Amino acid sequence: MTETVIKASKLTKKFGDFIATNEISFEVAKGEIFGFLGANGAGKTTAMRMLCGLSIPSSGSASVAGFDVYKETEKIKQHIGYMSQKFSLYEDLTVKENIRFYAGIYGMERKAIREKTTMLLEQLRLSEEANTLVKALPLGWKQKLAFSVAIFHEPKIVFLDEPTGGVDPITRREFWNLIYQASERGITIFVTTHYMDEAEYCNRVSIMVDGKIEALDTPHNLKKTFNAASMDEVFLQLARGAKRIGD
Amino acid sequence: MSAISVQHIVKTYGSKKDTVTALKDICFAVDEGELFGIIGPDGAGKTSLFRILTTLLLADSGTALVDGFDVLKDYKAIRNRIGYMPGKFSLYQDLTVEENLQFFATIFNTSIAENYELVRDIYIQIEPFKNRRAGKLSGGMKQKLALCCALIHHPTVLFLDEPTTGVDAVSRKEFWEMLQNLKKQGITILVSTPYMDEAGLCDRVALIQTGNIMSIDSPGNIIEQFKKPLWAVRSAAMFRLLNDLQHYNNTESCYAFGENHHLILKNNEADPVELNNYLRDLQHTEVAVQKISPNIEDCFIELMRQN
Repeated sequence: MTETVIKASKLTKKFGDFIATNEISFEVAKGEIFGFLGANGAGKTTAMRMLCGLSIPSSGSASVAGFDVYKETEKIKQHIGYMSQKFSLYEDLTVKENIRFYAGIYGMERKAIREKTTMLLEQLRLSEEANTLVKALPLGWKQKLAFSVAIFHEPKIVFLDEPTGGVDPITRREFWNLIYQASERGITIFVTTHYMDEAEYCNRVSIMVDGKIEALDTPHNLKKTFNAASMDEVFLQLARGAKRIGD
Repeated sequence: MSAISVQHIVKTYGSKKDTVTALKDICFAVDEGELFGIIGPDGAGKTSLFRILTTLLLADSGTALVDGFDVLKDYKAIRNRIGYMPGKFSLYQDLTVEENLQFFATIFNTSIAENYELVRDIYIQIEPFKNRRAGKLSGGMKQKLALCCALIHHPTVLFLDEPTTGVDAVSRKEFWEMLQNLKKQGITILVSTPYMDEAGLCDRVALIQTGNIMSIDSPGNIIEQFKKPLWAVRSAAMFRLLNDLQHYNNTESCYAFGENHHLILKNNEADPVELNNYLRDLQHTEVAVQKISPNIEDCFIELMRQN
């Protein structure tokens, strides 16, 4: 039996009368690449914030890395990684300082940080840039570094919120190679994206419409169910029915 | 006369020691009534180019004409005739939808009524919220309002800097439908985007990367120029397949592309039988190898590899 690392059951968040996330239920297995798709305003961000321990649900239940989203939010934060396009690294710190800062926050030992930093920089071919300010790096390098930093403390799950927006097509693919490698090591990947070709790289994909999960399956099965040639078509069929307008 | 003509534009930032070149000797022209796309990732130089053409930024060297007017000498004339929608939402957050539109109409000495025809199809979608403050609108509605405000003085040339970035697939499709309608009304449109799949919706595109234009042509011709046979390859174990294909001795280039991997072989005439044998020996199952025609993203990757 594969280990379940995220388990949500009828998870709901209301803001006044507005039901942002409406009774969503799903499970994500260890090492799975789980695509979390939906139109703007479908409730993705709200759901993700609850799973990251940043927002307390209105009702329903969920556990992340074995911890409860109501009572053990601090534990959740320690066992996950997070990266988004908008917020990733500190521009005014060097590459090395950013790594040390994040690893320190997650309570890693100095010696372990030092050893792993050398290894990581070699892997990313960034050894010569160790003392370069992050703001001087090209966007593609920044995003790859940000992902590596997000999983530096070996979290059980990493949440990626549109990690590849605006990145060139070659770097975008290098980024996905890093995702695959992390998944092979057993790190669970929970990722949102607006690029529908990237939905194909996920093991399973869920599509949210107006606060609910309207479809959840492998890309192959989704295309079969919706009689569509591509994930783009699946998405358009589902999202076209949305009543809510944007976020 | 070209609606936009750009000649040898160079733009650098920073001091002498620490210079970043945003645009390296850029040349291109956009015909009147054309829908022209600047396609490239973040950091390619798209916004610098837009800011130079809208007279908000000075180039280091080179010349540019918009509607026959020089961006340097005739900047006031240009500002009167163009519409500009910056990448960052730049309307007045604490004015309502209607007030914003009225404000921009007034600034250009016109009224909403005078040019209502042009914005009607777009404006009716946000009209139910006309008394809402712009800051309280959803992303999709902000985008529509910004487009209305850029159009309300009936510009001859419309500049749209990454109007669809961060917007979901449905809204992106709707936005491009709006652009096709504006094009029918004779407005020249220069639009930038990091989404390669949007290139196909333009009359012509410039593919731009790190300040260089790698190719300018119609999407059809750019695809035509991709001479190498391209193979879509798939098996039951996609990640292992990518590694194996990248290590195949006859592989020139291989990368993931949606549900397939795209493969260019060194020997253009190569028979995929050999490839099939290689994959069979590596115990790949459910192998499918199919010759396909490239899309703009394949062309972009190939051009990046060559440069």
